[in-house]
Amino acid sequence: MKFTLSWLKDHLDCERPLDDIATTLTRVGLEVEGISDAAKALSGFTIAHVISAEQHPNADRLRVCMVDTGSGSPVQVVCGAPNARAGMKSVFSPPGTYIPGKKITLGAGVIRGVESNGMLCSAAELEISDDHDGILDLPADAPLGVTYAAWAGLDDPVIDVALTPNRPDCTAITGIARDLAAAGVGALKSLEIKPVAGSFPCAIDVRLDLPGNPSWCPAFAYRLIRGVRNGPSSAWLQKRLKAVGLRPINALVDITNYVSLDRGRPLHVFDVAKLTGALVVRAGREGDSLQALDGRTYTLDATMCVIADDAGPVSIAGIMGGERTGCDETTTDVLIESALWDPLTIAATGRKLAINSDARYRFERGVDPLMTMPGLELATKLAVDFCGGDASDIKLAGTIPDIDRVIDFPVSEVKRLIGADIPHYESKIVLQSLGFWISGHQGEAWKVAPPSWRPDIHGKADLVEEVVRIVGLDRVPATPLPREGHVMGPVLTLQQKRVRTTKRLLAARGMAEAITWSFIAKEQAALFGAAAGLDLANPISSDLSTMRPSLLAGLALAAKRNGDKSVHDVALFEVGQIFHGGEPGEQSMSACGIRRGLAKVNGAGRHWQGSASADVFDVKADALSLLSALGINADALQLTRDAPAWFHPGRSASLRLGPLVLGSFGELHPRTLNALDVGGTLLGFEINLDRLPKPKVKATRTKGHLALSVLQPVRRDFAFVVPSGVAVGDLIKAARGAQKDLISRVSVFDVYEGKGVGEGQKSVAIEVTLQPQDKTLTDAEIDTVAAKIVAEVTRATGGSLRS
Amino acid sequence: MTAMDELPALQTTLLTAIAAAGDEAALEALRIAALGKKGSVSALLATLGKMSPDERKVQGAAINALKDIVSAALVTRKSELAEKTLTVRLISETIDITLPVRPSGLESGRIHPITQVIDELTAIFHDMGFAVADGPDIETDEYNFTMLNFPPGHPAREMHDTFFMPAKPDGTRHVLRTHTSPVQIRTMLTHKPPIRVIIPGRTYRCDSDQTHTPMFHQVEGLVIDKSSHMGHLKWVLEEFCKAFFEVNDVKMRFRPSHFPFTEPSMEVDIQCRRTGDDIRFGEGEDWLEILGCGMVHPNVIRNCGLDPDIYQGFAWGLGIDRIAMLKYGMPDLRAFFDADQRWIDHYGFRPLDLPSLVAGLSG
Repeated sequence: MKFTLSWLKDHLDCERPLDDIATTLTRVGLEVEGISDAAKALSGFTIAHVISAEQHPNADRLRVCMVDTGSGSPVQVVCGAPNARAGMKSVFSPPGTYIPGKKITLGAGVIRGVESNGMLCSAAELEISDDHDGILDLPADAPLGVTYAAWAGLDDPVIDVALTPNRPDCTAITGIARDLAAAGVGALKSLEIKPVAGSFPCAIDVRLDLPGNPSWCPAFAYRLIRGVRNGPSSAWLQKRLKAVGLRPINALVDITNYVSLDRGRPLHVFDVAKLTGALVVRAGREGDSLQALDGRTYTLDATMCVIADDAGPVSIAGIMGGERTGCDETTTDVLIESALWDPLTIAATGRKLAINSDARYRFERGVDPLMTMPGLELATKLAVDFCGGDASDIKLAGTIPDIDRVIDFPVSEVKRLIGADIPHYESKIVLQSLGFWISGHQGEAWKVAPPSWRPDIHGKADLVEEVVRIVGLDRVPATPLPREGHVMGPVLTLQQKRVRTTKRLLAARGMAEAITWSFIAKEQAALFGAAAGLDLANPISSDLSTMRPSLLAGLALAAKRNGDKSVHDVALFEVGQIFHGGEPGEQSMSACGIRRGLAKVNGAGRHWQGSASADVFDVKADALSLLSALGINADALQLTRDAPAWFHPGRSASLRLGPLVLGSFGELHPRTLNALDVGGTLLGFEINLDRLPKPKVKATRTKGHLALSVLQPVRRDFAFVVPSGVAVGDLIKAARGAQKDLISRVSVFDVYEGKGVGEGQKSVAIEVTLQPQDKTLTDAEIDTVAAKIVAEVTRATGGSLRS
Repeated sequence: MTAMDELPALQTTLLTAIAAAGDEAALEALRIAALGKKGSVSALLATLGKMSPDERKVQGAAINALKDIVSAALVTRKSELAEKTLTVRLISETIDITLPVRPSGLESGRIHPITQVIDELTAIFHDMGFAVADGPDIETDEYNFTMLNFPPGHPAREMHDTFFMPAKPDGTRHVLRTHTSPVQIRTMLTHKPPIRVIIPGRTYRCDSDQTHTPMFHQVEGLVIDKSSHMGHLKWVLEEFCKAFFEVNDVKMRFRPSHFPFTEPSMEVDIQCRRTGDDIRFGEGEDWLEILGCGMVHPNVIRNCGLDPDIYQGFAWGLGIDRIAMLKYGMPDLRAFFDADQRWIDHYGFRPLDLPSLVAGLSG
């Protein structure tokens, strides 16, 4: 919302400096977004008289001028303008002045050997127009020594405030003046509008034809003015409109814009000669369209309210009028419309048609119903003043709604909500100066009726806001929030703790945390088994269209992007939500990591101590390490070869805890990578954190008894030759099971396939640790256990001890 | 010449040989030659048996003295040789200590700045008695808008650039939450006041340019009890800003504003000084808008089944990405979600950089 200072002062008696006004506007919630103040920018430029203009001795195109600036002693100025001549009045700036059009600060100097102590300026140099052909040539009666901006009427600062959507009253300059007056920076002048008596009955009829939607247009007031001469509006009005960014059209149109800005009351004017028959307000119909005043043609439908004559729509109600019936220089009879339109319908229509007009801006926020008649009167007065003519009586279709709302307001509510003591009389004065009607005495519950221009006020809290914003939020003292009467206990939920642990753990394994979009391309989501119902209805782009069913896609694509920038060895993880349905809550917290290139667990990149490509066992280690950190006993986990289809079938596994699938790891399927356009090999794991069982709640924090044997453990190595297809995990299980009370550990230290071992066979070497509990083992006892181990492994694997 | 007379010469000969022994084997040969069963000193000792007691007394002492001297010389030389051997070995074992080592994950791993900032927020607000709440990304229109006092069809809804899920047969459609505020509703519906929670999380709006991404992070704060007022709100936000930006004082400007779900509503600016890309808080003449807040609207309290004449409280919301950028100086929001390893390496945090109020948020 833009307005000029002088326009504001039409309604506000105020001598305070502009800075005070601006600060107050922001302080009361009308945030000043900008002020353009030509007078301030041009304060150094004054009107001067050129006494003489002689040819420069050393330059053909320069003149040496003696300039009377009004200070008494003439100043010598070297000037390059072709129009510089003795006797003219122009604009002078002394050294030290900032020249906006040149973005320099003027200095005193010597130009081609002649001293120059200032500058005579062009309009372009003042940034008031593009004219740079010569210095400003002012009329002879321009007053010497006076600030040019003041003389030229450029000293009316334009103030731009950002209005919050709850303040339709401040789409009127009168509304802004009222807030300022309430805040004490001036006195509100009388806003009274004198009616213009009609001299004949209005012969035009407007009919409201809104069966089923009477709320679309509760009231439509109008009157006819006959015999107008519609030309350009007066200079002061044009200047104001231009200052706030509106293009003057003609007097009748300019008047509607003026009343809209001044009073927040949008109006429309129809050229009566161009109307065919009576006007009807109705819903749009099949086939309705309108060429609007912006030159574009809009197709209208049954959700929109239109004004039509016998020939079709003439206006998109409350948003924009039509070209066919618009007023121009030939208009002699004009119909002025001052109607009330339903905010929601206006908002929906404006959105649908993508029209952002000043009328829509006001109607969708809520126009003061009681301004319907006065707005029409003000427009009539201005029209008659500017264009002559005779006004008819006013006609009204519908009724102006009764907006009486009374709020019970215990004045103690102010202190309850803001925590500060504001004297009751002060609250009362604030509300009254904003136009609220109050009944009741100090200490009682007041009855408060908001004014007709404040549709946003409904309850006690709204009234508190009015009081506090006007008295100032700085009156509210910061008050410490009372502490709980105890040491703060832990507050994180199990899932929140798990997410934290997961992130720190994976980072500690050398991975970098990524945050990728929650939505991915539909075809990518399909690769990772997306359920139905995950597509957005209005995606921002096709590659961000579907809620992700897995974090792997986003990370795989991130690996590719990094590779495209020659960062090939990447280890990335993300902990975030994945979606398995389109209903709220159909999502899980997932932890996912990928490794690519040489990004192994023990360090990325080539290294003199040895470099190898990351492989499945790196991501298996990541997954197991994570599960272990989250309290899952690794011994209880089962690996099954049924990882999801986006993994390499021979190089992947699901991680199970009984029937529960916690996640999976492996090499990504070449087909999946190909579809994602990710080259090479990519390893990944993904764990669904929501599926992990809850830890058992223990009564105490003690760790349990530690029994350390004093007896030496015994270690024995075995090498078995087993068929290649045997899972080493089964071999280990068999060895461990040979004598559970004695065998404390089985580790694999060599797996070999090739020369020396038969075709289709592999050699697996294990170290078995025996931990005796109550006596040292004899050689015979050790041999017995060894024999059991060999027998168990042989039975379980079909292999044999390697000879 | 008696054996006695030979002793000095023998001593000289033996000591010279011991001093000249070049390695442990030569030294051992000398030991055997002198002190072994058939050694020269042992041979002298063997002669004692044939001597008279008086003679033995004198000779015995002299020969044993020679034996001690030789033994000591052997030990000394042995130790010298061992030292020399060790020196040679150590020299031969010298390595190039400039060869680079592999950094462990503790040095190379990184935590994303968003996670770090959420951990900072959690630490600060935990101290003020707040828990952490979360909620779903796909949200009902009811929770995202209606219960937060955004009436259907209201233009304020349009300002949210909402992402919609497909419409259901009954015409309703879920949304991607446009703010973390629906979790206010979920919290009030499931928890009895007093309530103090922060709600960090992902939020979505259909908007994209240098300062807007279709997904971003917000943190919401909510306090509901029977007495918390705007003065408390001011204090909480001031304390938060000081703690988060790690400055002793921060000047804040509260401006009246409007949000459907708070009344009265405010926007908050903080004082700062900008020099180039650098922003400092607690000094300077500029104001930077950082958050919106207010007293929870009575309609919202009522919508959650509480009586707004008994319960009251406040809420605020701010952009996590934005305060991360302000504190740590990332210039471009879009890079947050690009997973560029170089960006994460530079702007990310080490795994053990755990923010705490005890040790300082950023170390």
